[in-house]
Amino acid sequence: MDRAHHRLRSPWPWAAILVGCVIGWGQGQRAHADAGVVAGTAAAESILNEHRLPLAAWIVGIGAATTIFVWRARRGRPPTIRRIAALEAVDEAIGRATEMGRPVLFIPGIQDMDNIQTVAGVTMLGRVAKTAAEYDAAVEAPVCRSLVMEAAREAVQASCLAAGRADAYQPDRIHYVTDEQFGYVAYVGGKMMREKPAACFYMGCFFAESLIFSENGNSIGAIQIAGTAESSQLPFFVAACDYTLIGEEFFAASAYLSGEPDQLGTLQAQDSGKVAVMSFIVIGAVVATAGVLMPSAAWLGELGALLRKAMGG
Amino acid sequence: MVLTRLIPLWIAIVSGVAILVSAFIRPMESWGENFTDTFNVIAAIASVLGAGSLLKANLAKVSRRDAGWGFALVVLGTFLITLVVGLGKIGVHPSHDFPQADFGGKQESADTPFGWIYEFAMVPLTSTMFALLAFYVASAAFRAFRAKNLEASLLLGTAFVILLGRTFAGVVLTGWLPDWASGLRLENLSVYVMQVFNTAGNRAIIIGIALGVAATSLRILLGVDRSWLGGGER
Amino acid sequence: MSLLARLQSLDRRWIFLLMAIAVAGPILWSGLTGKTPPEQPTDAARRVLKVIDDLPEGSRVLFAFDYDPASAGELQPMATSLMRQCAARKLRIVCIALWPLGGNMAQETIAHVIRADFPSLREGVDFVNLGFQAGNEGVMKVVLTDFTKAFPKDTRGQAAADLPILQGVRTVRDFPLLVNVSAGYPGSKEWVQYVVSASEGSVKMIAGCTGVQTPQMYPYYPGQLAGLLGAIKGAAEYENLLNGVMGGDPAPKYLEAQRRMAPQLFGHLLLVGLIVVGNLIQFMGRRGTRA
Repeated sequence: MDRAHHRLRSPWPWAAILVGCVIGWGQGQRAHADAGVVAGTAAAESILNEHRLPLAAWIVGIGAATTIFVWRARRGRPPTIRRIAALEAVDEAIGRATEMGRPVLFIPGIQDMDNIQTVAGVTMLGRVAKTAAEYDAAVEAPVCRSLVMEAAREAVQASCLAAGRADAYQPDRIHYVTDEQFGYVAYVGGKMMREKPAACFYMGCFFAESLIFSENGNSIGAIQIAGTAESSQLPFFVAACDYTLIGEEFFAASAYLSGEPDQLGTLQAQDSGKVAVMSFIVIGAVVATAGVLMPSAAWLGELGALLRKAMGG
Repeated sequence: MVLTRLIPLWIAIVSGVAILVSAFIRPMESWGENFTDTFNVIAAIASVLGAGSLLKANLAKVSRRDAGWGFALVVLGTFLITLVVGLGKIGVHPSHDFPQADFGGKQESADTPFGWIYEFAMVPLTSTMFALLAFYVASAAFRAFRAKNLEASLLLGTAFVILLGRTFAGVVLTGWLPDWASGLRLENLSVYVMQVFNTAGNRAIIIGIALGVAATSLRILLGVDRSWLGGGER
Repeated sequence: MSLLARLQSLDRRWIFLLMAIAVAGPILWSGLTGKTPPEQPTDAARRVLKVIDDLPEGSRVLFAFDYDPASAGELQPMATSLMRQCAARKLRIVCIALWPLGGNMAQETIAHVIRADFPSLREGVDFVNLGFQAGNEGVMKVVLTDFTKAFPKDTRGQAAADLPILQGVRTVRDFPLLVNVSAGYPGSKEWVQYVVSASEGSVKMIAGCTGVQTPQMYPYYPGQLAGLLGAIKGAAEYENLLNGVMGGDPAPKYLEAQRRMAPQLFGHLLLVGLIVVGNLIQFMGRRGTRA
């Protein structure tokens, strides 16, 4: 843990970031020059993409807030996190599966590792696998991307080791099915009906399959916990699952479960970003309304335009 | 440790930062694209691992006579048939540009065995699975849509407005309302609900998600959260 | 066993059966009689028609087919009508796909609409199918800087740079209109976020998406999205408008969306009925418990 606390002070991540920037700059300069030769426009274009500068400012702001809150958390002032029922229920669901002698089913979404929701899903799989190894429950994770299979195996193996149960890791329980969305749905649906898992976790990026999975899980009486940032699928999970991590809660899950001050600090940074956005919305609404009520005040229109620009509009 | 933790972490940090910066600096735009291309190449190569896993899992199921082993047999059979027909370019017509080459044509053309697999197996099977949603929506609505409290009752009322307003039933039920009250017609009310209440709620969720994505990405880029690598020692 | 107890433990297969009847009956009725429920177009559908109508003849349209056969039942009618209007307006149509089977959907739409009803249009000059390209948002970023790098060949294997229809096209900004029919990821949301926003207003976009996606797309309408067709209802409204503009007796393929509104009507009525019954069961169950 001590080493973890000093992680951001270590020069290596920063060196890696610098290397990334330097390599990227060098490659990009070459490509830019090539494009300029072809199009003859490179000299006229600014190096910075001015249109996206407000977005860059937001990222720098959130990055700065992250650094400040992580620093505060390390100095013994970690934030208070509200209780998230879905995460509190993870242990209960796995415990139930152990008691019933049935497996736990984990679906890390249907997208590849380049989707941040899949990364968050694999993170959750690691946490679930650790608890399951401690309880001696089996975790089954059929996946629909080869890279996700490899990442999931790594995560589960490390979790079993961390739980002191290296023997609990069985790679065959995490296997690839198909990239085809509904082929995968058919397989998982059939597996649920045959093996009747006692607990089902759906954590990742889901589309039309969300309702098919959760209704099947409901019909076999499994405890179901879902988490996704696909807002179009949230209503289905909320209707059919016992617990649902909604959007940002899903991304906060890893930090919540780890309890590490560093990670909790990033959640506070996330909230500060939300407060900033809300402030802009309120100010923008007031300025726009005032602009309508006082059409002669040109400065209100200019202020509104400035705010829109600041929000990247 | 170096191979399984340090190198992947460095790759994530370097590529992540390069992609991030490439969005703002024009000379770096192509570098972000290069990383995306690299990912696609790796994912394509990894599909071999997936095929191996599929074969292993289903062969094991058949040999152990697990529950549903017959289905595993069907999976193996169809997998092998599609693989042989697709890779072997069985029945493809020579390409227009290279008429002398028997294998020059494309296997996905409609009048080839691979095209038939697509047309007569894949299309109806995937459509059938998608159509199942109608049945699951009905059973979920029957079971879960209950007016347990005030909020749930409001939700229920909104559901009725949308369900009826998105069909001709809305016109039949409220079409008699005079023009000055046309906003209360179900078809107009449903559009209002979608454009105002739904948009407001969705925007709030989208903003929260965007900030969550930013915070998670920063945790990964700075190496604060390594649980995606299996966590463990840092 | 009382009726209430029976309903409380109702096997969901009875509900499945009711839904099958509610959907199959109107399909048969509509198929036998050729009748469709009337439609009252909304503003979003009218805008789609107007945006395409306002384009000068010969303008290039980028048509992204981001769906597969699974969702074709819901999306194909709108893709058919959109292509029909583009072809009738003599716009030059460039089809692409970010879904592996989207290229096939584009090919089928071209066959059903252009080859069947607009035989004078020439492939490579008036329309082209550039097929599927892997890479999701990565492809969107590439088309912002170099269009033919992302789609180097058409489905016939001809170099995109040599095609007359793509002469003068450097980036996606050279297309005044982007039409996207999408069933999920990558789809309309990503096109808005990665292309429309980045193009600084030079690319107009109209989207057609599934019912589940529609609420997600409303925040972008009518700002980043110039028009929006939500699910089969949106498709039916647009189809109805277009048939009115085109005149004559439309072929059955141009009535597909309106035909699907009959089963949708009865499916929705069944859902309303089920929700009411479910709540009655709960209400009566509570009363029984109190008594």
